[in-house]
Formats: sequence, structure tokens, C-alpha cells
Amino acid sequence: MSDERINQFEKRHEVLKELSDAELKARFWELCNQVVEPIVDLARTHTSPSIERSVLLRMGIDSQSALGVVDRIHQADLLGKGAGHVLLRLSEKLGCNVREAAAAILEDKEVLNGLFDEVKA
Amino acid sequence: MSNPKPLDKNKKLDIEDILENLEDYRPPRKGWTWRVIPEGGVDMGPFHYRDMSEPLKQSIGLPASKYFDNIDPQPAPVVTSEIASGRFEDDIRRMRMAAWHGADHLMVIRHTGQSHIDGLMEGTPEGVGGVPITRKQIRASRKAIDMIEDEVGRPINFHSYVSGVAGPEVAVLFAEEGINGAHQDPQYNVLYRNINMYRSFVDAAEAKHIMTEAGIFQIDGAHNANATAKAGWLVMPELLVQHGINCAYSLASGMPRELIGLSTVPPNSPPAPKLWYDLPYAVALRDFFSDFKMRAQQNTRYIESDIEEATRTHVIDTLISMLTSADIQSTITPDEGRNVPWHYNNIRGIQTVKQTWAGLDGINELVSLKMDGPLGEMSRDIRERAVAFLEEIIDVGGYFAAVEKGFFVDSAKYPERAGDGIARDGDGGVAANSIVRRDADYMAPVCGHFGDNHLPEGAETPCEPVGGCTLCNPELIAYIDELDTEDSVAKRLETTYPYRKGDLIRPEVEWAGDGVVLLQMMIPENEDYAREAGLEVARRMGLLDPQVINLMVLHPAEGCFLEVKGKVNFDIDRNTLKIPEKVELLPEEELREAVRKTSLTVVAGTVGEDEHSVGLREILDIKHGGIEKYGVKYHYLGTSVPISKMIDAAIETGADAILISTIISHNNVHRQNMTKLAELATEKGIRDKVVLIAGGTQVTPEMAAETGMDATFGRGTKGNQVVDSIVKAMRAKNLL
Repeated sequence: MSDERINQFEKRHEVLKELSDAELKARFWELCNQVVEPIVDLARTHTSPSIERSVLLRMGIDSQSALGVVDRIHQADLLGKGAGHVLLRLSEKLGCNVREAAAAILEDKEVLNGLFDEVKA
Repeated sequence: MSNPKPLDKNKKLDIEDILENLEDYRPPRKGWTWRVIPEGGVDMGPFHYRDMSEPLKQSIGLPASKYFDNIDPQPAPVVTSEIASGRFEDDIRRMRMAAWHGADHLMVIRHTGQSHIDGLMEGTPEGVGGVPITRKQIRASRKAIDMIEDEVGRPINFHSYVSGVAGPEVAVLFAEEGINGAHQDPQYNVLYRNINMYRSFVDAAEAKHIMTEAGIFQIDGAHNANATAKAGWLVMPELLVQHGINCAYSLASGMPRELIGLSTVPPNSPPAPKLWYDLPYAVALRDFFSDFKMRAQQNTRYIESDIEEATRTHVIDTLISMLTSADIQSTITPDEGRNVPWHYNNIRGIQTVKQTWAGLDGINELVSLKMDGPLGEMSRDIRERAVAFLEEIIDVGGYFAAVEKGFFVDSAKYPERAGDGIARDGDGGVAANSIVRRDADYMAPVCGHFGDNHLPEGAETPCEPVGGCTLCNPELIAYIDELDTEDSVAKRLETTYPYRKGDLIRPEVEWAGDGVVLLQMMIPENEDYAREAGLEVARRMGLLDPQVINLMVLHPAEGCFLEVKGKVNFDIDRNTLKIPEKVELLPEEELREAVRKTSLTVVAGTVGEDEHSVGLREILDIKHGGIEKYGVKYHYLGTSVPISKMIDAAIETGADAILISTIISHNNVHRQNMTKLAELATEKGIRDKVVLIAGGTQVTPEMAAETGMDATFGRGTKGNQVVDSIVKAMRAKNLL
């Protein structure tokens, strides 16, 4: 395996050594971009509890409440909607602001039930 | 908003005052600031500098600056000092000291284990190996730094870490609180903190986007590879790859190039032939990454307990920065290899850079790198290996596959493999399987958000649907003061109050009242005996918990140099200390001018039955910095000179002053000699025209009044003090 890798390197090197400094640099960045491309796609299409808590922080929810709220949204399988989205929708439903909506979730996780079904219907 | 009061340089920081009204404090400035570098260089004192930035309003120069009009040239790059003792209230005092010595990038190391806390910490708990990063701690520190930057007259960049499983939240916290710089590198989480790789990268894109929103400068974490790999200098191709991945990922996350910095360390250290490894590496980096900023770190991999050894390595590291480039020059406290850094070692680190930078200012106008030889070849070799490394990553299926196969932090030189790389499992690590696919109607109604986001149509800003976000309207920020009042700054401040605001004094190295002192000694014994003897010396001197923190063998049998730390268990009451009155000396030029004007002449001699002459000669001779240096002419009458002869000689030569040295002091002979000189001068009618000065080992400044002298001096007196006193006395007598 190791020998195979070294041989492979030798082959690559044969090609690389012919490149000018500028070409080598361009090749480096082309490969870096190629390596990160699928990861950026992953990031664009996914979220995480921390990302969602960071959204709530930006909406003026304190860090400790954000922990509980995101947990409950996660348990209700609504994280894919976006925690901010959930709060916005709940606040519209309850006729309150988003911070009050966060408090409502902490008080009673049942408030999340059917939140998105209702709108669909 | 509470407006901090301007600092008085003669007063300590008032921590209680800083903590006052913290809930309302808002940082006056956000984003990173570079130093101002005047085109055409900087003129300071008698010199022209080529690689310097604008000087500070107030600062403390290198020790030798007193010979150069007290100039304190400030290097062109931003200069970093890393400060984190675990107590931010003590750190901010150190930050002030560091700023006065020229640091404008203050980096706070995080509390050990914070990376694995899924969420933000709050309050002011004490940290281990760093400070728990909480809103209250950074807001208090930011407020202190805002006051300090006004004091020194230059913006200070405050910096910490956007890493761990709560990266996006930390990024928001930093954006809100005016943090100016941060480490952010998902690879660091994966490799060194074992955080799940998918989670780490998904979070990183969001964190980078938020940082961009607040203009936070980013530093990557690649340099950890050469601090971790067994042979740090062999991982250079991999380092280029790590830097490249973080740069490319940052750009793709929306971060502009000017906010992206590489954390780069010269990987080798003497006795290795450092330059042959570190210089080609530095050149290779600056070729591939010419569009990005360089944060030049100093080597920590091979720091041992010897402070001087570390400092010498750091001088060479700084030389490499100067020969290539550095936008930020980081400093490492030279005691990092033996303890959590102490106050004064931060200053030493800064001085190392300041001294090297001044000494080598403009080096690239005098010498240049020879690229058409081994340097160019070695640099090219590193770059080719890095490209081949990337090709292999693609071949095995991409970045995540490469991490699973242990591609990174392998201590062999690529493509060799030592098999000791750090391999991580995609399903493993902290927070594994915690990322969630965004639904088709996913929405995050806030600014600084990355990725798919289905905002309502017609919204002017992302946060409009929710009536604004904290990045647009700081009034929305939710402030938590304390979660645990027992483990809090208020409790700690109670304990340290007497040392900060009361009358008690105790030495410290990290925390107010820690009592730690350091002894240095040479023990003429072998290592084993020297160590035990050193500890016993410290114990007998009354130090608690003595520990040998450095031992250098001078010779296997002849002896060792030792440094022993320990704690004093007593306080000193400020009120019991007697501070000798300080004499402000006239400026050197003014002294020389006065001497020239009067053609100042003195007669001098050792009086009584006394053959001592060394002390007086040091006061007189130009070689010892004596009064002759100022142009004073002197008639030296020798030793055992009778008092009457001194008077006669003064009359004969028309001297302006008589200097007597009186060493032997049994039966108060020295006092009698002085009194006699004054009496005889009066008798001869010259007392009003001649300045009388006496000195000797038993003489004190207080004796002048009782003996009728114009001035009296004890041990350690220098020529300038004597000339100063003559000039002042002549002015008082209207002789000048």
C-alpha cells in the first residue's frame, strides 16, 4: 500500500514539476476549491442545534432559553424548518412577539403541536 | 450607555467600576484595525525607520531607549500577546501592561473544555488554562480595553476562539460584543477537539458568515499540526493543505480575503539548522497565499523551561517574519514551557519582537533572499508535495474520507507516512449525527445567516419579519449577569480587595495576591543535590510550596543554575514603607549648557586619614560616566587630604565646588569632616561662593542639612546626580 502510494506520488510529481510557479499555484487553488465544494453544499443544505441557537440569540433570546427552546423544537422534529421560523410562526399564531413565543415553548412544548400542519391546511 | 472615564496612568484599573452598569455597555467600535504605517517611514529621535507604524501616545520603550531620547518605535505589523490566567479581572490589568509595551492584539485563550460545551457559558466562573468565554467576561474585558486603547492612543484588537460545538453561537456573541479577531477553523475542531466532522464544517460556514458580518478577522488553526506532530518540521506540505482548505472554505462561506489570515509558525528550532526548514516554508506559504494575511506565530513546539532559550528562538522566528512578511506578529510568552504565563513574561515576549524589529528595521533594503539556489528549490518542493497531497485527497473521495484514513498530522514528510496521523470517524466524535437537513421552507429570519434561507418575499432585510436582530439593533441583546453567584467575579474581588484597593502589598505573577516569587541561584553541586538544595534554600527563606521550575546544568560536577518558585505568606502594609524623596534631575543638555556657561571647576579629594579613592574617581572620571563627561574640570588632590587643604585649593583655583569623599566612619568621622568643611569655608569667607558636596559609603542624603553641606550622597551615586546638585545649588546661590 505504502509503496503504491509512493509510486503514485512519483507519477504525480512527474506532471507537477513541469508546471510553472504560477501554474502550480493555480492548480493548488483549483484543488482546494474542489475539496471544499461538496462541504459547502452540505453546509448550505443543513443546519445544527448550534446554528439554530445562534439564530435565536440574534432574535434577542437569551442563551439559556435558546438551549431549551432548540431542544424542544428538535424533539418536535421541527429543526429542519429553522428555529427562528418556528418562533416567528408561533408568535403569529399566539399574537405575541418572538421572545414571548420562546417563553411559551419553554412553558409548554405542546404549543408546537401541529404548528406547521395548521398553516398547510 | 455608560461612558468609561479616562484612565490616569498613575492609578490602577478600577475593576469594580468597570463592572458597574455592564448590562448597558456597548462597544464603540467593531471590526479589525491595522496599524497606521506612514508612507516614507517614521522619524523618531535621531533615526529614520522603514518598517514602523505610528508611535503611541503613551508607552514604555525598551530598557535601552533611555539612551535614545526614550523613543519607542512600533513595528509595522499588529503585535499579539496571549493572555488568559483563568480570571479576566486579573487579565485586564495585564492587558494594560501589554498595551503600554506595544501589544495591540490581545488574545484570550479559552477555558479548557469549553470546546465541548454545547451552548454558551454565562457569568464569570473561574477558568482552568484559560478564561470561560461568557458575555459578561468579554464585555467587561472589552470595556477595559476600550479605556486602555484611549490611554495608549491606538485601537486594540480583542481576540478569542470561535471553535467547539457552539461555534455559531460564539460567533454571534463576538459579533454583538465587538470582538475584533477570532480563530475559526473547522479542521481544528475535527483533528484536535474530536468534534464530529460534519457538524464542525456545517457550523463553521455559519460562524464564518457571522464573523464577516461584524468584520471579525479570522485566523486559522493549521499551526497546531506542527505543535502536535512528533517532528513538527516535516508536516509542511500538509500545513499548506490545511491553510488552503480553510481559506477556500472561508471564501465559499462569504468571507472576504482581507479578513482571512493564516496562522503560521516557523516549525523548527535550534539546535536544528532552523533556517533551512523555516525559510523555504515561509517563502512557499507566501507564494501560494499571497492574497491572504499572515499571522506569524512563534515556535512553541520546542519551548522548554529555559526562558532565554525560548527568547532566542523567537528572535529567529521574528527575523523570518521580517525576511518574508507578517501582517500580525504574534508573541509567545517565553515561560509557556514551564507554567501558565506570568504577567511580566507577556511583556518579555512583546519586547523580543519590538527589539528585533527595531534592530533589523529595513533589513530588506540591505539584504535579499537568494531564490536561485536551495531556498527556491526547497520552497518549490514543499509546494509540489502540497499539490500532490490535495490530489490524493480527491482520489480517496474527498476531505472527509481523507480524515477517516488518517491523512492529517502524520509526522512523516509527505508522501511518506509514519502512521501516527489523527484519524476521525464520520459517525464519531462529539455531537455526532447532530446535523439536520433543511426543509424546503427552512427559514432563519436574521442577518449574517449562511445557506438556504426561504425568507418571505419582499423583506428588505433578512431580520425584517421579526422586527430586527441583535446585529442591527444591539438593544435586543439579552444580557445574563450571573448563573452561579458563588463562582463569580464578585466573590473573587472580595478576596483580593486589600491588594487592589486597600493598603496591602503582596507580589503576584498571575492573580492579585497570589504571592508567587521566583528565586534564581547557582548551586555548586550536581543536578540531584542542586535541586534539593534549591528547594531547601527556598524553604529556609520562608517560601511556601517551593518548586524548581528550571534547572540548567553548568557542569556535571561543578554546579547548576536554578530557578525556584514559591509563595510568600505575608503582606506588606503600604503605610509602613518609607519612600525616599525623589530628586528630579535636570535634562542632560541643560546640565551641559550650565557647565559650559560657567566653565565649571571643582576640587576633589578623599579627606581625613583615608586612602580610599575608587568611589570618588568614579564620580570624577569620564570613563565611569563621571562629572568630566559633562565638561566639568576637576582638580583631584588625592587621598588623606586635610580639610584646610581642600579649602585653600578651592580659593587658589577659583573652584565652583568642593567634593569630598569620606569613607572611614568610626566615631562619626564622616560627619565631623563634613561639619568641619562647612565651618572652615564660612571662616575663610567663601561659603556663599562655593558649593560643598560630600559623599561616602556611610553618608546619606539626609546628612546635608545637619552638617551644612549643599548635598550629600551615599552608595551608588552617579556623576550626573553630582553635576545636577552642583548646578542646582549654584542657581540657588545666584551663582549661575
